[in-house]
Amino acid sequence: MLGDEAIAQAGLDAGISGMYAYPGTPSTEIMEYIQHSKQAKENKVHAKWSTNEKTSMESALGMSYAGKRALCAMKHVGLNVAADAFINAAITGVNGGLIVISADDPSMHSSQNEQDNRFYGKFAQIPILEPTNQQEAYDMIHYGFELSEEFKVPVLMRITTRLAHSRAGIETRSPRPQNQLVLPKDPMQFILLPSIARKNYRTLLGNFRSFVDASEESDFNQFIDGPDKSLGIITCGIAYNYLVENYEDQNVPYPVLKVGQYPLPRKLIEKMMNTCKEVLVIEDGYPMVEEMLKGYLGKENIRGRLDGSLPRDGELNPNLVLAAIKKEKFEIEPIPSTVANRLPAMCKGCGHIDAYLALNEALLEHGKGRVFADIGCYTLGAYEPYQAISTCVDMGASITMAKGAADAGLVPAVAVIGDSTFTHSGITGLIDAVIGKSPITIVISDNYTTGMTGGQDSAALGRIEQICEGVGVDPAHIKIFHPTPAHHDEMVALLKEELAYDGVSVIIPRRQCVQTMKDKDLAIKVKELGLNNRK
Amino acid sequence: MKSDIILSGVGGQGIISIAAAIGEAALINDLHMKQAEVHGMSQRGGAVQSTLRVSSKPIASDLIAYGAADMILSVEPMESLRYLNYLKPEGWLITNAVPFVNIDDYPNIETIYAEIRKIKNHVIIDADEIAGKVATKRASNMVMLGAATLFIDIPLESVKEGIRQIFGKKGEAMTQSNIDAMLAGREAAELYMKQNR
Repeated sequence: MLGDEAIAQAGLDAGISGMYAYPGTPSTEIMEYIQHSKQAKENKVHAKWSTNEKTSMESALGMSYAGKRALCAMKHVGLNVAADAFINAAITGVNGGLIVISADDPSMHSSQNEQDNRFYGKFAQIPILEPTNQQEAYDMIHYGFELSEEFKVPVLMRITTRLAHSRAGIETRSPRPQNQLVLPKDPMQFILLPSIARKNYRTLLGNFRSFVDASEESDFNQFIDGPDKSLGIITCGIAYNYLVENYEDQNVPYPVLKVGQYPLPRKLIEKMMNTCKEVLVIEDGYPMVEEMLKGYLGKENIRGRLDGSLPRDGELNPNLVLAAIKKEKFEIEPIPSTVANRLPAMCKGCGHIDAYLALNEALLEHGKGRVFADIGCYTLGAYEPYQAISTCVDMGASITMAKGAADAGLVPAVAVIGDSTFTHSGITGLIDAVIGKSPITIVISDNYTTGMTGGQDSAALGRIEQICEGVGVDPAHIKIFHPTPAHHDEMVALLKEELAYDGVSVIIPRRQCVQTMKDKDLAIKVKELGLNNRK
Repeated sequence: MKSDIILSGVGGQGIISIAAAIGEAALINDLHMKQAEVHGMSQRGGAVQSTLRVSSKPIASDLIAYGAADMILSVEPMESLRYLNYLKPEGWLITNAVPFVNIDDYPNIETIYAEIRKIKNHVIIDADEIAGKVATKRASNMVMLGAATLFIDIPLESVKEGIRQIFGKKGEAMTQSNIDAMLAGREAAELYMKQNR
């Protein structure tokens, strides 16, 4: 099973009643596994995509309120979107067990940054689990739900791309039944009025010592002694694998503290610090533990990413870890210079391409630098031969950044956003633009799906025009076209017309993603909605 | 036994199926297995890489260290060179000869072949042609799998079983044509070894 699949199966075996998520690499396969699971269907486990990470987090909290176990998963940047709900869920606490999965992406294989979401767990002051391998991920979900219900607190599980998208054999356990529907004992628990929030917060703070105790006793934190005390090594999560990979039969000569649960196990850390001359901290992500141990004044015998023993950014690997132990520098050997770059590109026949070709031509007279794009396949319009966009920042930022630039005097300004990203975080920005009567042209490139992550349901399907009208866009300036080479001139003319309009226009190039043509369920929905019936 | 394999190609060429077939074959033989896949943005016609590790001992890292791979198995010649720094000195580079040209600056194919021939242990076969003869061109990934089986210590019968488990759902004809492609690839690699050693 993939690491993602192991988590999903563990959730089902631990008796979840619902899974909530918005697609995002590398977390997507957790929900997809549950959606295809017979076990989930038989037990009526909720498994529909949410509109964004915040709605998924809140729905999961609602299920926990009702006494049932819920799982919520997102990619690391998704937790930024869900942060309001996430941080406050630590204050309300939970009723049924609640685990939030954050799938981080060191080296940014498919992301805008490589933020380390263990900081969110620390920020919320809740326990964090960080598995070393797929089997631990499976086991930790069972343990995490027990921990969550014992201390009435949400638990964060942090995984990385490598664990999420790597397969290994998994030993599963027999399934546990779902929880009964039961309201919280304290009817005020979930009401975060200041007076109640202050009380809840003190409860959370009071629990911190118990969280540390749980970490001390946890099977996921292990002190493995070694004969050579000149160096002690602390590994976090998957970093342990990169360490032991370098030694025959995984026998490391140094004492190793393998960390899989936070807050950090204080006594085990002290043991390591007291017995070893130097300590190397290996963590895939930011140097969080290293910084904690080093302290503000910088204890000199702590090594890691901060002192340059390991690179400050990017994913770790066995070579980097070995070099850090030996205090050498690791340099990758070059590959033959004849090898050319092969960047990802939009698929042949993709509707986004036709939309960009038309947009580029319509904007010729205005010059470059006016297109604010968003997160999705269409971000690939940044590359040659299109070079059609100037920004890509976060989900929904296209519309709001175009508005800000227009406010500054950059007119016309264009936003390019996909259908699923529009319902994720574009609608609120559109309301801002409508209220501000901003002279912007918004291109909602509709392909009926969440394409970049592999074709998941789009909450926007069949309702984009209604949403735009509903929030106040003038129906005369909502235009739909079918983006194909044959319609190129027509599209250019239409775009030029709307670029000249002094207000909010929405243009919807609408054509199904070529990757989803075999999706029978989608075909039925598209037919029912009459989306392909051209006007 | 231990086989650390880097699989390479272009998004959509089916390297995951190769990995899955070997992975299944490994599990049949009670071997340990780890297989890292590529998802998300890079799938869209870009260079893709997957690692497959099979061993009789427990496997720690999902990643193979640089200079430690026993084999690079590639469905595209230029892509076989992209991960060359993972190959150990005695490792095997096994690749399809047919280029997948979806970029403007694709190098002269002869320079690519020349680089491949510099590797002491290499096998280069026309997987598309072989697949076209015994199955369909789309089965060229299975041809490459077959070529690789010469250098992986797993019984051929288990590899066939692995293919059955992956393609079983798609019917007997599909399964058999993939097995045929795999066997033809193995034969072609044997022939290449005879002619070039």
